[in-house]
Order: sequence, then C-alpha cells, then structure tokens
Amino acid sequence: MSLRKLLLPLLIAAASTTHAAKTDLVLGMQLEPPNLDPTGGAAAAIDEVVYANIFEGLTRFASDGSVQPALAKSWEISDDGLTYTFTLNTGVKFHDGSDFDAQDVKFSLDRARAETSTNAQKQLFAGIENVEVSDAETVVITLAAPNGALLFNLAWGDAIMLSPDSFDKAKTDPVGTGPFTFSKWVQGDRIEIARNPDYWGEAAKLEKATFKFISEPTAAFAALMAGDVDAFPVFPAPENLPQFEADPRFQVVVGSTEGETILSTNNKQPPFDNKLVRQALAHAIDRKAIVDGAMFGYGTPIGTHFAPHHPAYVDLTGNSAYDPEKAKALLKEAGFEEGFTTTLKLPPPSYARRGGEIIAAQLREVGITTEISNLEWAQWLEQVFRGKDYGLTIVSHTEPMDIGIYAKADYYFQYDNPDLQSLMSDLESITDPAMRTQSLQKAQQIISDDYVNGYLFQLAKTGVANADIVGLWENSPTQANDLTAVYWK
Amino acid sequence: MESGIFRRNLVIGAVLALIFLLAAIVSFFWTPYDVTQLDIANKLKKPGSQYWFGTDHFGRDIFSMIMVGARTSIAVAIVAVGIGLTVGVPLGLAAAAWRHSLLDELIMRSNDLVFAFPALLIAIMITAVFGPGAVNAIIAIGIFNIPVFARLTRGAALSLWTRDFILAARTAGKNAFRISVEHILPNIVNLLIVQGTIQFSLGILAEAGLSYVGLGAQPPIPSWGRMLAESQTMISFAPHLALFPGFAIVLTVLGLNLFGDGLRDYFDPRLRQQSR
Repeated sequence: MSLRKLLLPLLIAAASTTHAAKTDLVLGMQLEPPNLDPTGGAAAAIDEVVYANIFEGLTRFASDGSVQPALAKSWEISDDGLTYTFTLNTGVKFHDGSDFDAQDVKFSLDRARAETSTNAQKQLFAGIENVEVSDAETVVITLAAPNGALLFNLAWGDAIMLSPDSFDKAKTDPVGTGPFTFSKWVQGDRIEIARNPDYWGEAAKLEKATFKFISEPTAAFAALMAGDVDAFPVFPAPENLPQFEADPRFQVVVGSTEGETILSTNNKQPPFDNKLVRQALAHAIDRKAIVDGAMFGYGTPIGTHFAPHHPAYVDLTGNSAYDPEKAKALLKEAGFEEGFTTTLKLPPPSYARRGGEIIAAQLREVGITTEISNLEWAQWLEQVFRGKDYGLTIVSHTEPMDIGIYAKADYYFQYDNPDLQSLMSDLESITDPAMRTQSLQKAQQIISDDYVNGYLFQLAKTGVANADIVGLWENSPTQANDLTAVYWK
Repeated sequence: MESGIFRRNLVIGAVLALIFLLAAIVSFFWTPYDVTQLDIANKLKKPGSQYWFGTDHFGRDIFSMIMVGARTSIAVAIVAVGIGLTVGVPLGLAAAAWRHSLLDELIMRSNDLVFAFPALLIAIMITAVFGPGAVNAIIAIGIFNIPVFARLTRGAALSLWTRDFILAARTAGKNAFRISVEHILPNIVNLLIVQGTIQFSLGILAEAGLSYVGLGAQPPIPSWGRMLAESQTMISFAPHLALFPGFAIVLTVLGLNLFGDGLRDYFDPRLRQQSR
C-alpha cells in the first residue's frame, strides 16, 4: 500500500472539515465605545456594538432605514393621534432570565424622559405625556400633541428597553433582550458577544461575534489582509478600497450613511456672526476637491444638512456653488477685504484631517487664514462641542434625521433662528407625510440660505468584508452593526 | 591609511549635510512648485520629468516639500542645539568651577533628572501640555539637549582644572569665572562642536519623530515626519510618498553623524597619533 493511498482519505477528511461554514465573526471598528449603555451616552460606537444585537426597543430600524416592529409586535393609533396602544411580543426574556413585560416598557420610557435623565437624545421623548401599563402585554403611550415621528423616535438606540433589575449595570455588563448576549469586554481591545439560545425571535446564525477596536488605518488594513478581522463595516482609509476590490478574498460594499459631513461654523463668534462671511465661506469651498482629495471620490456632495438618499432631500448645492471670486466679493462687502484669521480644529478621522488641509488651502485662496490644530476626540468634545471654543471645525453628524439640531440655539454651532425653531416644533405635531416633507424641505432651504455651516458631503459607508460573509448591512440608516442575519457561505 | 578613512567620513558627511542645507536655503527663494498649493487633479503622480519625486495625495510636488521640509528640520534642530549650548555649557562650566559645592550638586542632579526621561518622552509631554507646533517642538528638543552639554562641559572642564596652566592662571589672580571663560572654554570648543553635530542629527530625528506623531510643525508647513505618517496607508500603491522623505531623514542623519565622527577624529590628536 502506497503512502499516497494511506494519506488520501485523511486529506479528504481534512478538506471536508475545513469546508464547514464558520460560525464566528470578528468585526473591526475604529472607535471603542466609552460604555455600553445607549441610554447613557451619545457616542456612536455604543450603538454600533449593542443596537439590535444586545438591546432592542419597541420598534427598530431595518437595514433599509424603515421602522419595523421589534419588542412591540403591533400598535394602534387613536384617531386624534394622541394615544398609541402597543401590543408586546410574548415570551420575551432578558438575558438574566427575567421576563420582559409592559412594566419594563414603562420603566424604560419613564427613565429616559425623566427630569434627571441623562439620555443623550432626550428630545425623542419630549412629546410623551404618560406611559400606562394596561396589562402585561399592553402599553398605552399618551402624547400631549400628535407626533408623526413617535414610532421613528422609539426605534433609536437611545430608546431601547432595560430592566429595572439590571439597568444600572448596562454601562459595563449590558443585559438586554436581543439575539446576542454580552460575554466580555477587554478594554482597549475587543468586546465579545454570543448567541442568545433563548431568543424570542428568529435566532442569530452566528454563534459568536467579536468587535475588535483598531484605530490606526494602517493596522486596520493589515488586520483585514492577515484575516485577523473578517469585516470592517466602515473602513477608515478610502484610499485602500481599490486594493480590496482587486483582491478576490474581499468584497467591498459602498453604501450610504446618515453622516452629513460639514464645516461647522461658530455662528456666535465674530466674524462668523455675519451672514456675508458665512456665505463667502460657502462659496470658497470646492466640494469636489474635498471628496476626491480627502475621500478618494467616496461621498456625495450636499448643500444642506440632509441625507441625499432621503425622499425629502432637496439638492441645494447650487446655493453654495464653488466661486472664489464671489467669495472674495462677499468678504469685501462684509468689510474683510484683507481677509481674517480663524481657528480650524480637527478631530481624528481622515475626512476631518485631510478635508481640513484642503479647506485651509481653499480658504487661503480667498484671503482667510486658518490655524489648524489637530485634536483627539476627547479634546474635541471638550473644546469644540461642549466649550464652543472654535471658529471652524469639520465633523460628520451621523444620527438619522438630525436637522432638528438647528433648532437648538445652544448647540455647538450656536445658530439661533426663531423661524426655524418654530418650524421644527410645529413639525412634531404634523402626521401627514406630504406635509412633513414640505416642512422638512422648508427647513433645509432656511439653513442653506442662512449658510449656517459649510455643507460638504454625505459620508459613504465604505464596507470591506471577507467575500464569504453574507448579511451585513449595505447602508447605515442608523448607527448599528446588526449581526442577526449575518452568516458565512 | 586609516586617517584616510577619517578624512573620507568627513568629506562624505559634509557633502550629504551640505546638500540638505543648500536645499533648505534655496527653498526660501525657489521651489519647483508651491507647497501650499493643492492640486487634487494631479494627485499621486509617479516620479518623472514633470514632478521629479512625484506628487502626494493632495497633488503637491514631493521634491518641493522635501526642500521646504529640510528647512523645517534644520531650523528646529539648529535652535534646539542652540538652546542646549547656551544653557548647558555655562551650567557645566559653573559646576566644574565650583566643583563638589552645593551649586555643583544642584546643577548636576537636576540634569540627571531631565536626563532620566527619554528625550522623545519629554518632547511629547511638553507638546501635549502646550499644544503641538514647531515652536514647542524646538523647546522640547532643546530642553533635552541641555543636560547633554552640561555634563560634557563639566567632565571636560574638570580634567582641565587640574592642569598646570590653570594653576598658573590662578596664581596670576584670575577668578573662577575668568578662568572658565578665558582658559577652559577655548580648550573644549572642539569637543562641543563634535557633540553639537551629533546632537544636531539627533534633533533632526526627534523633529521627524514628533511630527510623525502629529506634535511637530502643523500643516500646511511641510515636515518630513508628517509626510511619512501621511504616506502610511498609501505605501502599497504609492511607495514614493514614503521613500523620499524616508531617504531625506536617513541621509541627513547619516551625513551629520559621519561628519561628526570625522570631526572628532580630526580634532583628537591622540587618536591621530595612534593611527599613525
């Protein structure tokens, strides 16, 4: 008997075992969440780990951005639009074994909208007047005024359901109702989750998933190439995408995000309190050069704070077309013929650092000098977002439908326009879709005409994954990495 | 024979260092392209006749950036060594003049304190507190140069203080200050020049390191270290982005080190005697 005959069956056996589909997944993320409680922090990275995996709300966002039933299987809306009666799914358990029922809904919503609540998106619950438990499976939410966005609001990560027994541990040891349970968090490295065997809905296909945090684009590239990471839903270096595209081991999926990338302008800091100056800024910016230079072509130019793939979007890029001569004329009209000097504070992502260098060069062309300082996220949050100590900055606002931030006069760009504020507060009570669209379009027009910020481009979701992975979201309608439907071919 | 090697080191080192010094000086008057002008349409061009070293991801001419980057590096290193010399040498002279006094202890122990920290760590600490920028990089690198010169000066001066010509000067009624300035200093100048050259090359390396981590000169001022850092993600498809600034750093540091070695051998008569 030859050696070959002896080895052949062994080889076949080996080959067939390696062919069995993998059931674990390592997902790369650039930023590590500060904690794991989506009701207690604004960081996108929190939802990117826990949303739809560990925690669920009454409703949820599907991959196409539509609002779908989640823990509530159905609801009825009274004719006056003030009373929502939610019927909950039965047999739902928290990961600690306790039952999920209407009491938990009341607890979670009351906690989120309470005076003392630290919820980062408290305005989502603003219109709720009362949450009432009618029986274990039925909750009645009463509103002060009709709110066409309630079901949408309840789908946010900030509106997920917590149990009164375990809510205080959510930051480090989250207990939810989702298809995955929290396993462990190695700070600075990774978070592991495992399939929930007692899940009330359709079970996840993966047995285990790991979120691995890699902040350096070069390290992210190496990790994917080496197979240490199976997928990077938002790959941080767009310049590397062609290499992944050329490699049959990978699939590159470029989708849309809710990230309006803007040149945020401190509307209260002179000279930006002068609308002519802001208009000059807008005309000094060449969006195409920024998308090509900073994002290597990935990104859609925008002319207002709204996602281009949304049906209510109005293309207002023409309102602030690239025209350096006009920018100079406007500066002259505003009394800044000689230009001026301002600060440009940039957070770490490459869209900001590279975009900032390009914008600095473009502003220099019209006589505006910018002093660039590169900040870490913590410094940026402290100085710019909370401290409002900046002239210009670049950041991507990734929350869905966040044009409402323009109605907050104390928001970091300090835009204070009563017309827009009343428009946005009226919008809350409008339930008719056509009328909502009309209001949203009017709001887009107002902020574009006021040149509140420099509107640059909509961030693309530059996803890179192993070619055998199926079921990752193509777009990012919300901040999430929903792994429920993900599996290996 | 071997003195020929010393001479060769000196010449090669001097030529390399001069090339970059010239590039830096010329960049004040002329560069092939404007380094603050972005030209996105011409990004990532390969080296060729139009752009000698190619263009970077913003379409800037890399040759011009290397020239202006040389200016940044050299300026930072010169001032940093200058700080080290002007503060360190007097401290060292004073410590040697009043050796084993409280002053000596005070100077040398505080030197040890600064010396105990790795140089780049001090630099990162300073720029983290006072913010990134070329000026703070200069101060940071300068501070770490102080103990180097203070120590060297004290050591060399101490051995001179026991010599007969110093004794003669003391009998002539000169005080410690005058002896230090008139007799000690002229005799250790060679040593300081050699050490200055070495520190100069270390300064260039430190500046590159600081700007690599984003704490050196800020954009739009080109700097070799930042060019390297920015090239990282593109190294696999546009290696010229990393190669040229990398070579610039290596060749400058190599040149200065060779030059320093050559100078030391040239100045040190004992070494020359031995090699004969």
